[in-house]
Amino acid sequence: MKTKQKKIIFSLTLLLLPLVCSPTVNAMHIMEGYLAPKYCIAWGVLCVPFLIAGFLSIKKTLAEHRKALMILAMAGAYAFVLSSLKIPSVTGSSSHPTGTGLGAVLFGPFAMSVIGIIVLLFQAILLAHGGLTTLGANTFSMAIAGPLLSYGIFKLCEKLKVNKLVAVFLATALGDLFTYVITSIQLGIAHPSEVGGIGASIGKFIGIFAITQIPLAIIEGIVSVVVMIGLESYAKSELTDLGYFKGGAIHVK
Amino acid sequence: MSSKAKTVIILLLVCVLIAVVPLAFIKDSEFGGSDGAAEEAITEIDPTYEAWADPVLEPPGGETESLLFCLQAALGAGVFGYCFGMLRERSKYQKSNAN
Repeated sequence: MKTKQKKIIFSLTLLLLPLVCSPTVNAMHIMEGYLAPKYCIAWGVLCVPFLIAGFLSIKKTLAEHRKALMILAMAGAYAFVLSSLKIPSVTGSSSHPTGTGLGAVLFGPFAMSVIGIIVLLFQAILLAHGGLTTLGANTFSMAIAGPLLSYGIFKLCEKLKVNKLVAVFLATALGDLFTYVITSIQLGIAHPSEVGGIGASIGKFIGIFAITQIPLAIIEGIVSVVVMIGLESYAKSELTDLGYFKGGAIHVK
Repeated sequence: MSSKAKTVIILLLVCVLIAVVPLAFIKDSEFGGSDGAAEEAITEIDPTYEAWADPVLEPPGGETESLLFCLQAALGAGVFGYCFGMLRERSKYQKSNAN
């Protein structure tokens, strides 16, 4: 037992280290100034109800389950780490995972909106990555749409009695990918092509963002499963409180 | 080694493999960001478009930027590792109390 635990922690660290230290280049999120003001405002406004719902949902969860605060901190930290890892992909470009799917599986569809916007603010202000004018659009894709899909897939898997860890994999990987599909759609709407219009533009941006993202989405899915294996071992009571084991069969090795 | 630990190690190796394979097989690329590629695509679609806002603080160069990105990862990894370690110690403590 003891060595097993050590191994989980050790291998997690090992995995994260080289990725953190790899040379960095700019990747993903819609860049500052690359959406016309009307789109910035529209996406921003669209985010507000989700942010309120997220804030209320976190408040409610923490009021009911005080102990879940630590798991929430971990979900936030996880998003912080994953969204800083720029990983090379098959298209010859780099991009990074979102890390918001895991939190959505644990805390419901809205909670990650608040955590996601914190990550995006950090990157926009300090890293010139993403941007303040495009914050609304980026929040919508990474902190709202992605987690919503993750949550939906997880619930669907629960209904279909899919193994929990498989469900976590599908939910987080597809949520990650969906984020970039939304990014492509946002850019496509804002920059319609002269030939083919919005549709052609969306296709083009999907070719850039979404294809690059496929292997990264798989990585995010796998890492999320590893984290979940860890949490299932050590935080069973919190996961039970959060309703993770509800429905499908509990995964025990 | 328990089967759980084996699963974890295999899963992590798969991740490393997924990240390394493109590096090994695509030679003529710098693996620039996909948003850089998107910028080019926008210019191609609409050559007259100009970014109307600039980043508030732009890191002066790659080194500073990588510092800040490392900081972000370090913050996250620190909090994550602290909590994970605490949970682990707690379950150990509970187990030894139960005995």
